[in-house]
Amino acid sequence: MADSAQTQFISQLKRYYSLYTGGVIGFVVLLSILEQMGVPNKVLGYIFLGVTVSLYAGIGILSRTSDVAEYYVAGRRIPALFNGMATAADWMSAASFIGLAGTLYISGYDGLAFVMGWTGGFCLVALFLAPYLRKFGQFTIPDFLGARYGGDVPRVIGVFAAILCSFTYVIAQIYGLGLIVSRFTGLDFGIGVFVGLGSILLCSFLGGMRAVTWTQVSQYVILIVAYMIPVIWLSVKHTGNPVPQLAYGYVLQQVTAREQVLNDPTTAEGEREAEVRALFSQQQAQHEAKLRALEAGGADYLATEKTELAATVAKLKAERSTTPEMLAEAKNSLAKLPKDVAGARAAWQMAADAERARAAPISPHAEPFAAPDEAGRDIKRKNFLALVLCLMVGTAALPHILMRFYTTTSVKEARLSVFWSLAFISLLYITAPALAVLAKYDVYTLLVGSSFSELPSWVSAWAAVDKTLMSVTDMNRDGIVQLAEITLGGDLVVLATPEIAGLPYVVTALVAAGGLAAALSTADGLMLTIANALSHDIYYKMIDPAAPTSRRLAISKGLLLLVAICGAYVTSLKPGDILFLVGAAFSLAASAFFPALVLGIFWKRANRSGAVIGMVGGLAVCMYYMYRTYPFFGVNGSLWWDINPISAGIFGMPVGFIGIVLGSLLTRAPDLQIQAMVDHVRYPRLATDADIEKV
Amino acid sequence: MKRGVIVQLDAKHKRYWRSNLRLTGMLLAIWFIATFVVSWFARELQALTFLGFPLPFYMAAQGALLIYVVLIGIYAWRMDKLDRQFDIQEEQ
Repeated sequence: MADSAQTQFISQLKRYYSLYTGGVIGFVVLLSILEQMGVPNKVLGYIFLGVTVSLYAGIGILSRTSDVAEYYVAGRRIPALFNGMATAADWMSAASFIGLAGTLYISGYDGLAFVMGWTGGFCLVALFLAPYLRKFGQFTIPDFLGARYGGDVPRVIGVFAAILCSFTYVIAQIYGLGLIVSRFTGLDFGIGVFVGLGSILLCSFLGGMRAVTWTQVSQYVILIVAYMIPVIWLSVKHTGNPVPQLAYGYVLQQVTAREQVLNDPTTAEGEREAEVRALFSQQQAQHEAKLRALEAGGADYLATEKTELAATVAKLKAERSTTPEMLAEAKNSLAKLPKDVAGARAAWQMAADAERARAAPISPHAEPFAAPDEAGRDIKRKNFLALVLCLMVGTAALPHILMRFYTTTSVKEARLSVFWSLAFISLLYITAPALAVLAKYDVYTLLVGSSFSELPSWVSAWAAVDKTLMSVTDMNRDGIVQLAEITLGGDLVVLATPEIAGLPYVVTALVAAGGLAAALSTADGLMLTIANALSHDIYYKMIDPAAPTSRRLAISKGLLLLVAICGAYVTSLKPGDILFLVGAAFSLAASAFFPALVLGIFWKRANRSGAVIGMVGGLAVCMYYMYRTYPFFGVNGSLWWDINPISAGIFGMPVGFIGIVLGSLLTRAPDLQIQAMVDHVRYPRLATDADIEKV
Repeated sequence: MKRGVIVQLDAKHKRYWRSNLRLTGMLLAIWFIATFVVSWFARELQALTFLGFPLPFYMAAQGALLIYVVLIGIYAWRMDKLDRQFDIQEEQ
């Protein structure tokens, strides 16, 4: 009976979402017709963002609910396939959608740590967590810690850690939202942030998990279509094969061949590259000389420098032969001279570092751990593996992902839905490295060697938008573009692919809508996690267990608003770079949650004291290492075993495990009820299920 | 939690749990090799090619991901069989 109702529900969902996908494609076709008719790009961009955001809001309003189980876990009746899609959208953030291909473009093989780390973690989710959490069947992750270890202390630590990592992660999403909205509509960054947040709230405010689930499914459709179309096009352009994932191996070989030519000074092109790199070396040497003089002379040196520059300007003004450009350049260097010693040190150091990077030969895309010497390669390999492990374990510990597995109908469906999640996620993650290689091929063969007088239109268009994303300067004044003369920001790769591939503007707008969908869906899930941790775990479970349903939901919604406002405020301070924030969230989650969750299921002897020691210890070590080594905090302590701050979890995790084991063994075993609860989550059906679920 | 809810586990349950652990361990070993062992020896494997890719690049960009998906698929399928074999599958 219930079974046939669920079957009907699934076929209904399939019909709706097939219609929806057709609608999305029809909408894109309609807009491309409008573009042919001469509707301006800006208007198209507005229509695209407006329509998609109101669509999400519409789903949010349709899914409004005042039922607790619907609000927190979507009534536990999401079919595996759809939960997989929702998890995929929940999972893939602005960093995956926009940042990943760019990171791969810039770091080649070494960037693949993100590809493996962000997918392999789902093996841990499937094997260690999802089915057991589903059997446990409550509302939040701190719920599990509270029930398994008993008492409020593990629950409170869980709430603290859940908020810490989700908040760090949500900042990165809001930041991405602000960037996309401001770039494609021309609104100010701050307004972009608030527009983005408004649409997040519209989705989740009324319907909680239920609304978030159905918007996430529709967001997945948009983001995957938006990602695939330009890559397929680019693949057809360069290989004639519409399956980029298969075709790009041979493109990679050609890229490698080009790298060798450009790195070899005996070839004509290589010679010109070497010439440009030598110019950067010179500039680097000049900046370093200035830095040394600054260390020796201090403020006096800066003052002399200023007088000299002012004298040059005066002299140029007096001379007849001076061209306006020469005068402008001299005035510019005077204006750019830093005001004080600290400012000068920072600015010149940054300039010297950037020039050193540009003076270096091309690092081969396909070569693992490229470094000048064996020690350097070893450090890179170590960091690669550490990052992969932290991202994987972090994946299996981020509460907004784990929470999704409470929403399936059964344990069996929970296992299946991890499979679907990873299948949907892999579609994008297998495509991203292909995109990076295809874009690189385009730049290496079509842009490099072209003439400055006829640059491809996308280059000048993006250079006009943002100089850090795209700029080309003719360093050696030969009128021809050399690779070393190109500055290309990572985010450009995804954003500019439609134009690189020669597609109409509609596809660019579609990509922006896809990036927006990725950021919104992740932010939705994260904010819900934070609000639920506070309203369910703190308020309902600890402060007022007798609270009526309506008050619980009202408090949850109020907190959602509060979290959104805090998030927007912190984002407006622009703290650090997105990739680090994201990585930090993973390390924090890996250190705080993973050991306590896994041992809680697989080791009956684990008890409260152990869990408290392990969670606090792991989190503390992880946070301390980040504080000590991440430049943002200004401590600049030495690294432990050369591990970068982004992988701080590599120290937090073992501390967490050891803490739980030692703490548990030194104190009494948990009582029989707790052990019964462990059995309850281990077996899909036990005779005592009804008794345990009643309490 | 209510006092006195204590499960009587019989030999069947213990066998089920052991089979589960064995399966989990096996899949985890494959996961570990595909991820960490292959990456550790990436430079040594660089000369091998697959579909036009250097093998380590292929593994990190595609191979490992496909392995992960298959691993999770096998786990879901085997566990469902195991549930039924030991008659502890959920009621529909």
